[in-house]
Amino acid sequence: MSVLAIVPLNNGRPTKGGLEAASYAAAFAKDQGLEAIALVAGSIQTDGDLGATGVVRVLQCSDELTDSSQWTRLAAAAAQECGAKTVVLTHDHTGRAIGPRLAVRLNAGMVSGVTALPQAGAVRKNVFSGKAMADVEVSSEVVVYSVTPNAFGVRDGGSPAAVTAFSAEVGDAREQVTGFDPASADGQTPLPEAELVVSAGRGLKGPENWGIVEDLAKALGATTACSRPVSDIGWRPHHEHVGQTGITIRPNLYIAAGISGAIQHLAGVNQSKVIVVVNTDPEAPFFKAADYGIVGDAFEVLPRLTAAIKALDA
Amino acid sequence: MKILVCISQAPDTTSRIAFTDEGKTFDSSGVQYIVNPYDEWYALVRGIELKEAHGGTVTTMTVGGAVCDPVIRKALAIGADDAVRMDAEPTDAMQTAQLIASYAKDQAFDLILCGKETIDHNGSMVPAMIAEMLDWPFVALATHLEVEGNAATLKREAAGGIEHVKVNLPLVLSAAKGMAEQRIPNMRGIMSARSKALNVEQADGTAMSAVRQFSLPPEKGACKIIPADQAEELIRLLREEAKAI
Ligand SMILES: Cc1cc2nc3c(=O)[nH]c(=O)nc-3n(C[C@H](O)[C@H](O)[C@H](O)COP(=O)(O)OP(=O)(O)OC[C@H]3O[C@@H](n4cnc5c(N)ncnc54)[C@H](O)[C@@H]3O)c2cc1C
Repeated sequence: MSVLAIVPLNNGRPTKGGLEAASYAAAFAKDQGLEAIALVAGSIQTDGDLGATGVVRVLQCSDELTDSSQWTRLAAAAAQECGAKTVVLTHDHTGRAIGPRLAVRLNAGMVSGVTALPQAGAVRKNVFSGKAMADVEVSSEVVVYSVTPNAFGVRDGGSPAAVTAFSAEVGDAREQVTGFDPASADGQTPLPEAELVVSAGRGLKGPENWGIVEDLAKALGATTACSRPVSDIGWRPHHEHVGQTGITIRPNLYIAAGISGAIQHLAGVNQSKVIVVVNTDPEAPFFKAADYGIVGDAFEVLPRLTAAIKALDA
Repeated sequence: MKILVCISQAPDTTSRIAFTDEGKTFDSSGVQYIVNPYDEWYALVRGIELKEAHGGTVTTMTVGGAVCDPVIRKALAIGADDAVRMDAEPTDAMQTAQLIASYAKDQAFDLILCGKETIDHNGSMVPAMIAEMLDWPFVALATHLEVEGNAATLKREAAGGIEHVKVNLPLVLSAAKGMAEQRIPNMRGIMSARSKALNVEQADGTAMSAVRQFSLPPEKGACKIIPADQAEELIRLLREEAKAI
C-alpha cells in the first residue's frame, strides 16, 4: 500500500503546488508507515526534485496531458497499480479539474483545500472563504485530498527517488489547448502560489499610479494583487482580484496599500501569515486584521519601503 | 442550445460566521442567503447571454430544501427559463453531484455551467464530479466561453496565465471572474419569475464525507503601528521579528 501524489509539471519541472502535494503525501505516508509515490506526465530532469520531498518513487508517463479525463484515467490506473488508498493533489486549477473526477472514478470521498495532515480521522480545511475552519471526516476506503497552496509547504531532505516509466489507457483528448496568455511579462510567481504579495486598492486613485506598487513588488520579488473594485473598473486585470469573490491566498506576507479592509476582501487574505496595512485613515477596518500598520499616504510610504528594501539588499 | 446552470444558495458575504451545537452546525439565525456569487455573476449570466445569442433554454439546478426557493426565484428573475430543485439535504459534494448528474443524464443538455466554488464550503468539487459521472469534458476556472455550433472555445486560469482551450459540446465548466458581468434583475424579470416553473425532483445520492467540527480562526493580536516616516523600521521588523522577508 502507498500514498499517491499527483504532480503537475510546468516547463519540465514540478510546480510548487505539485511539490507541496508530494510533501504532504510523503509526510502522511510516514505517519502511516507507508511509502509515497509521485505521478507525473511529461518529461522531467532526473527525479524533478521529488525525492527531496520524501517520495520514494516517481511514476512517469511520457505524454504531457492537459485533458482532465485523460489525467483522471492515468491517475486512477496509477492508484490501482500502487494500491494507493490515499491520493493527494494540489488545490489549484489542476487539482480542481482532476481531483473530483478521480474521486468519482475511484469511488472515493474527497476533501479539497486541506491545510494540514489528517488527525484523529479528520482533516482540516478552510471554509466560509477563510472565515472559519472545518474538520472533515471521510467514510470511504479510498480518499482524495487536495492541498491548499502555501499551507503545508515544500519539504526537503529526502533522498533521490527512482523514476519508472508508467503508462495506461487514457482514451482520446477532448480538450485541445490552442494558446496561452502569460499573466505577467516579467514572470511573477502566480498569485495562488506567491509567498509575498503586494496589493493595492481604490486608495491608489488610478491605474497610472500602480508604478509604486509594482516597484515595491519587484524589490521584494513579490506578486501584485488588488481589491475587487480596482479590477472591476479595469485598473488591474481580473486575475489580480483577491477576496471572497476573487482568489483566496495565504502568502507569508501580504502588504495592502489603499485598501479599506472590507469583510469580503479580508475573507480572501486573512490567512496570510503576516499582514501589513498602509492606509491614510487610522480607522480603516483593515488595521484590525493587520500585524503591522502604517497610517500614512501610500504615495509616500510605498517608495520609502522600496528604497529601504533596496538598501537592505545592497 | 439547452443549458443547465447549477445554482447554490450561500450566506450573504457580510454574514457573521458562527456555529451552534458545539461547533457542529452553522448558525443561520439572522443570516441572509444569496445566490452564490460565482454561480450568479458568471455561470448564470453567461448562460443567459448564450441563449440570447443562439436561442435555446436556460434551466437552473439547485440541490436543497424549499428554503432555497427564494434564491432560485432570483435566478429566474435574472433570466433563466425554468428551474429544477433536487429535494435533498446533501452533506457533501459527491452526493450533490450524484443528484445533479442523475437528473442531467437523460435531458440532452449541451452545456452545464457551474460557479467555480461556493463561498461557504469552498469545495470546488461538484462541477468536475458531474463531468466524470456523465463522462463529459470539463473545463475548470473558465474565464471566457464562446459557442459556435458544436464547438466551444474557452479561456481558463492556468499556471501563470490564461490558457485557450477548444472542446466539443456537451461540456461541463466551472466559471471564474471574467466570464460575464453581473446583471441586476428588472421589475419585469421579477414579475415573470413568479410564474416560471420550479420543478421539484427526487433522486438518490450517497455522501462519503461530512464535517465533524467547525471552528473559528484564532483572534489576531494587536496591530503594531509604525510611524509613516520610519519605513526602514518596518522592513527591519518584517525581516527580524516576523521573518517574513
Ligand atoms: C458580494 C460581494 C463580494 C465582494 N467580494 C470582494 C472581493 O472578493 N474582494 C474585494 O476586495 N472586495 C470585495 N467586495 C467589495 C468590498 O465590499 C469593498 O467594497 C472593496 O473591498 C473595497 O475596495 P478598496 O478597499 O480598494 O476601496 P475603498 O473601500 O474605497 O477603500 C480605499 C481605502 O484607501 C484608503 N486611502 C485613500 N487614499 C489613500 C492614500 N493616498 N494612501 C493610503 N490609503 C489611502 C482609504 O482610507 C480607504 O480605506 C465584495 C462586495 C460584495 C457585496
